[in-house]
Amino acid sequence: MSIKAAARSAPLAAASYDVARVRAEFPILARQINGKPLVFLDSAASSQRPLAVLRAVEQYETTTHANVHRGVHTLSQSATEAFENAREIVRRFLHARSTREIVFVRGTTEAINLVANSWGRSHVGPGDEILISYLEHHSNIVPWQMLCAATGAQLRAAPVRPNGELDLEGFRKLLSARTRLVALAHVSNALGTILPVQEIVHLAHARGVPVLLDGAQAVPHQSVDVQAIDCDFYAFSGHKVYAPTGIGVLYARESLLAAMPPWQGGGDMILSVGIETSTYNELPWRFEAGTPNISGAVGLGAALEYVESLGREAIAAHEHTLLELTTERLSALPRLKLIGTASAKAAVVSFTMDGVHPHDIGTILDSEGIAIRTGHHCAMPIMEFFGLAATARASFGCYNNAEDVERLVEGLQKVRKLFG
Amino acid sequence: MDLKELYRDVILDHNRSPRNFGRLEPADAQAAGHNPLCGDKLTLTLRMQGDRVQDLRFEGQGCAISTASASLMTEAVKGRSRQEIARLYDEVHTLLTAPTGELAPELGKLLALAGVAEYPARVKCASLCWHTLNAALERAPAPVSTE
Repeated sequence: MSIKAAARSAPLAAASYDVARVRAEFPILARQINGKPLVFLDSAASSQRPLAVLRAVEQYETTTHANVHRGVHTLSQSATEAFENAREIVRRFLHARSTREIVFVRGTTEAINLVANSWGRSHVGPGDEILISYLEHHSNIVPWQMLCAATGAQLRAAPVRPNGELDLEGFRKLLSARTRLVALAHVSNALGTILPVQEIVHLAHARGVPVLLDGAQAVPHQSVDVQAIDCDFYAFSGHKVYAPTGIGVLYARESLLAAMPPWQGGGDMILSVGIETSTYNELPWRFEAGTPNISGAVGLGAALEYVESLGREAIAAHEHTLLELTTERLSALPRLKLIGTASAKAAVVSFTMDGVHPHDIGTILDSEGIAIRTGHHCAMPIMEFFGLAATARASFGCYNNAEDVERLVEGLQKVRKLFG
Repeated sequence: MDLKELYRDVILDHNRSPRNFGRLEPADAQAAGHNPLCGDKLTLTLRMQGDRVQDLRFEGQGCAISTASASLMTEAVKGRSRQEIARLYDEVHTLLTAPTGELAPELGKLLALAGVAEYPARVKCASLCWHTLNAALERAPAPVSTE
C-alpha cells in the first residue's frame, strides 16, 4: 500500500494505534538527555530497538548460538534454523518469491556494493551508463562511481524538481540505449520524497533495463512488495527498521542472482574447495562468504515481526499524521523553510532557519533533550541542488507522538529567541 | 550544561556581524578549510609584512561557533608575528580541548570560546579556522633572513 492509500485509512488506523503502548516497548525512550525526557527524531539515521528485538537477540545468544551451516551438533542446527527462519521472515516481509532471492549483508551499503561489484563488473562496460538521481544517498552514488571508474562506464543523474520530487521527464530523457542499470532511492533520506517506483520500473523495463531500489528509508515506513514493484534488486538495512546494526538485506531477482559471479570468497559460499578451483554454493549462500551476523539476522527477523504486529499500514498512517502535524506547525514558525515538499512523503522533515546554521539548531535542541540530524545527511548532491551546505532534519518512527512534535516546536522557538 | 556558556553574547555578535569578512586581493597566501562532517567551508586570505600577518580576511559558511571563532581569530592575529600566532594557537587549542582553569590573559576576547570545551562535537567547528590559518601561513612566503 502506498503512503497515500495509508493516509486515506488514517482515521481508522490511528484510532487503534496505541502509541503509548508502543513507546513502552522501547526502553531507551525512558532516558533523560541533559535533564529532559528524550525526544528522538533521528530514526532516519538509525531507529531504536523494541524489547521484542532485544529479547530475541538475548535469547539467541544465551540459548542457541553456534556457527551456522556447519556442525551436526544440536546448537549448530538450531542456530542454522534461527538464521534461515529470519530469512523466511524477510522473504515474507518483502513478498519475494523465494528465500533464494534473500541475501544477508551488513546493510544497504554492502548490498549496493555487492550488486556493483558482482552484477556490475559482469554487465557494464565502456560507454555504458548507470542512471541514478540527484536524490541519492552517498551509498547509492559512490559504488557506481567506482564501477564506472573500473569499467569506463558513465554515471548519469536524473534531475529533481524544486519541491524535491524526481523530475520524471528528465529521468525519461536520460534513460537510453546506453543505460545498463537504474539505481534509485525508494524514499529519499534527506527529504522524505517517495519515488514513483512502479512507474520508474515500468519505464526502465520497457527498455530492458534492470532496476535497483535503495529501500533503506522505505521499509520502516510502508509495505514493500518487490513482486508488485517488479524491481530487480532491493536493498535495506536492519537498523533503520528497529533491528540491530550490522545486518541488512539484498533482494535480487533469482534469474539475475543465479547468473551473477560471487563477490567475496571464503567459507559458507562454497560446496567444495580444491587448491586450483572451488565449486560455489547454491543461492543465496553463494553471496554470503564467511560466518554471517547470525544474531543480527535473528534480531532483524524479530524486528520485522514486531513491525507486522503493529501493522505496517497502521504505522504508516500514524507517521503520516505526525508528518502533517509537523509540516503544519513548522510552516507557522517565522523564517523557517521546509526543504522538500513532495506530495508523497515519508515522515521526514528537512528544514532551515534564516540566520541560524543547522548545527546550532542541533546543539540547542540537544540541550532540550531533542535528537535531530543536522548536516548533509550523506546526500551532498541534493544539498548542492538546493544550494545548501546543510539542513536540520526531524525524522519519525513508530514510537513518536504529538508531544514530540510540540517539544520540537518549543525547542525551535528557543533557537529563534537565542539567535534573534 | 548551560547553553549561554556556549552561545555567549560575543559569539552571537561575531556570528551576526563577522569581522574581516571577505577576501583580500591580491593576497600573499590563501588556504581553504573544510569540515566534511557539517559542511562548514572557510577560505582565508592573508597579506604578510615580513614575519607578521599584516592583514587577513575570511569567507565561507558555517555555524555560529565556526563563524565567530574565525571572526575572533582574525582580530586576534592581525599584526602578530608567526611565533606569536603559534603561541596563541597553542593557547586556543588548550582552551578548546583541555581547559586548565588557568586562563591565559593574552587570549583576550578569544576567551568567549571557553564554553566550547563542554561540547566535544563542536570543537572542530571552533578549530577549523585555526587549522586553515596554519595552512595559509605555511604557504606564505617566509621573510628573507639577514643572518
